[in-house]
Amino acid sequence: MTTVLFDAPGPRTRARHRLYTVVTAVAIVAAVVGFIAYLNSKGALAYHLWEPFVTPQYVRALLVDGLLKTLEMAFASVLFAIVFGVVFGVGKLSDHAWLRWICLLVVEFFRAVPVLLLMIFVFFYWGITHDEFGRLGSVVIALTLYNGAVLAEVFRAGIQAVQKGQAEAAYAIGLRKTQVMTSILLPQAVKIMLPALISQCVVAVKDTSLGMYVAAPGLTFVGKQIYNQFHNQFQTAIVMAALYIAVNLLLTLAATWAQRRLVGEKKPLDVGMTAISTAGAETQRSTV
Amino acid sequence: MRMTRIKAATAATLLVLGLAACGNAGNDNSDSGPDVKVSENAADSFADGSRMKELAQSGKIKIGVKFDQPGIGFKGATDKIPSGFDPEMGKILAASLGIKPDDVEWTETISANREPFLQKGQVDLVIASYSMTPERQKIVGQAGPYYVTGQQLLVKKDSDISKLDDVKGKQVCSVTGSTSLDQIEAKGAKPRGFDTYSECVDQVLNGTVDAMTTDGAILMGYAAENPDKLKVVVDPFSEERYGVGYSKDHPEMCQWIVDTIKKAQDDGDWAKAFEATLGKSGVDTPEPPQMDACPSA
Amino acid sequence: MSEILDNFDLVLRAFWLTIQLAVLSGIASMVLGTLLVAMRIGPVAVLRGIATTYVTLLRNTPLLIIFIFIFIAAPDLGWFVHTPFLVKGVIAVTLYTSAFVCESLRAGVNAVPLGQAEAARAIGMTFGQNLRHVVLPQAFRASVPPLASTLIAMTKNTSVAAVFGLMEATARMRWFTNRYTDDTITIFIVFAIGYIILVEVLSLGSFGLERRWKAAR
Repeated sequence: MTTVLFDAPGPRTRARHRLYTVVTAVAIVAAVVGFIAYLNSKGALAYHLWEPFVTPQYVRALLVDGLLKTLEMAFASVLFAIVFGVVFGVGKLSDHAWLRWICLLVVEFFRAVPVLLLMIFVFFYWGITHDEFGRLGSVVIALTLYNGAVLAEVFRAGIQAVQKGQAEAAYAIGLRKTQVMTSILLPQAVKIMLPALISQCVVAVKDTSLGMYVAAPGLTFVGKQIYNQFHNQFQTAIVMAALYIAVNLLLTLAATWAQRRLVGEKKPLDVGMTAISTAGAETQRSTV
Repeated sequence: MRMTRIKAATAATLLVLGLAACGNAGNDNSDSGPDVKVSENAADSFADGSRMKELAQSGKIKIGVKFDQPGIGFKGATDKIPSGFDPEMGKILAASLGIKPDDVEWTETISANREPFLQKGQVDLVIASYSMTPERQKIVGQAGPYYVTGQQLLVKKDSDISKLDDVKGKQVCSVTGSTSLDQIEAKGAKPRGFDTYSECVDQVLNGTVDAMTTDGAILMGYAAENPDKLKVVVDPFSEERYGVGYSKDHPEMCQWIVDTIKKAQDDGDWAKAFEATLGKSGVDTPEPPQMDACPSA
Repeated sequence: MSEILDNFDLVLRAFWLTIQLAVLSGIASMVLGTLLVAMRIGPVAVLRGIATTYVTLLRNTPLLIIFIFIFIAAPDLGWFVHTPFLVKGVIAVTLYTSAFVCESLRAGVNAVPLGQAEAARAIGMTFGQNLRHVVLPQAFRASVPPLASTLIAMTKNTSVAAVFGLMEATARMRWFTNRYTDDTITIFIVFAIGYIILVEVLSLGSFGLERRWKAAR
């Protein structure tokens, strides 16, 4: 696509681009070197500030009490969110207007409210009296409601993306409404939606970090304990960011692979790509 | 012990490779409070049917403390037992029941969940910079005060803030939603709420905000961590009397708490606990406060 | 119930800060995002690489971590020490959102028919002219729905600022729940409605824009 935007460069343009390239490359190298030198001058590279991250007990805390808990919370909420999403996604396609409306209202409510606001509410309303389970639970409940609402849209779009003829053929051979949904539409829709589902895991992983606000364990929470103990805020932030990025890139890779395996090179289903929300054009319209 | 940049980079690479085993951070656990003697056969000294007897017989007690306030109640990412003045009080109380610090189940309480934790029996005691107020005493029991403090300001050593009027127009940090933050806003400061006190201290240290405000005891804990950079200023402009929280279902605990702490005050364990924790900021050990009489059952 | 009504000016002031954060970050993210997309689809490989790396890194980092960088880590290295808190909040939200704006715009650029760009080239336009006069104006129109989604997400994302010294709506809600524990549900609903209004205003705006631009074609 991009090549359409500009002509195949001639010798002079190529020379100019080479110049740009060299200049930018030099600038980047200079910036990186300068930044590292700057960090060094500020003492930010001193070994003792990084030492926690090579000390077994802190590495274990980061990975087991931190990353593992983060992943557990993220996957638990995605699993619950799938259930929530199927129920409300199918509900939005119901033949009964009242049911459609209830599902629409529930889904739109949880999509419009910041997940953090939801989390704080669940925590103060319920989680606060249930110790660590309450904190973990508050994160999982809030993420389930939010991601479930997003997934409800994904499921609805996925079901509608199954060719019409499939359902018509199923009705023609005498299947009932529920049978059409469960044995014809949903299985095909799931295949279409799988990549979108995995991408939603990225969103969930990122949003578990908000658990810090309700003192739920997780990577950010452990990182905060570490920087409060060692006063290595910058170093800890770098390590945390690296871990989150690594996990999310792995998930994205998985999504791409699943996309290629199951859907082919078709355009992936349009789903939320920001931490807190979005879905495709038609979904936004439905809010109005 | 300072390594070169290259060495640090190598170390970071090792971490990435999962070969981490060379670091040795955070192993300087030097502060230990007084060696309180754990009573033997403690259960015999309590009346049948009392909560104390049950706890002594079970050999376990759940105590709620803060985990993020150095000097008061703090637990690092890898610590087993929290440190600070509040946990020291907890150890003294547990010891009188014949329970060792290792057998205490230390639970983190945050300001907002102290009452529900006691009401629902999640913890047996709350010792977590827990001010005694008539409102709280309607819902839970509070014995004490074992310590009296008040709202003050923590500033850099070279700060020009020396009296309360100086905070007008200055940025003052505290925990989001705390009453201290409202109080200081009423004095004309720009309130800045953060998630924890530790982050506030950092904001003071790096100069982003001009001061931090909350109970003096908490501020002293941070000043103790950085005695050459921070100081506590201003006469307390509120009175906070820290008490030990217990459930109203077990009113008999009050007298036990008061008696045990009174004994620690008299035999010097209270002072030792203070010197090992809050006293590190350089303040003199205060006179132990006179404790309230327990409400008649 | 009465507590929150008696203190309703606090609710309004909190949402005013949320709106300030959202509007300023929205404008800044659009500018930075457009710049990024120009780099990303442009002919210079190094710039493409920079933009792609930026988008990949920022999209996969939780916004909270970016806030920690700006509000907690950076001042420790002597940066942003005297920057106003609102500006710091805008910087954090913008760094994160611009990556998504870039992606939304790229989707819009992909939606512009090939013939348009080809025709522009045929009449001798350079890459810059092509973008400025032909591709981007149409791409913006095609990007309205995903951009609106991104901006809606951003508006809700400003809530992350709650524990970084900014008394915006979510911080204020926490303030209320700390004080009036019996009214948690009412407090939550009042603040939820506030956010829903903001979200619906953005939704309606994008819907209107889209319809007008469609008619104009």
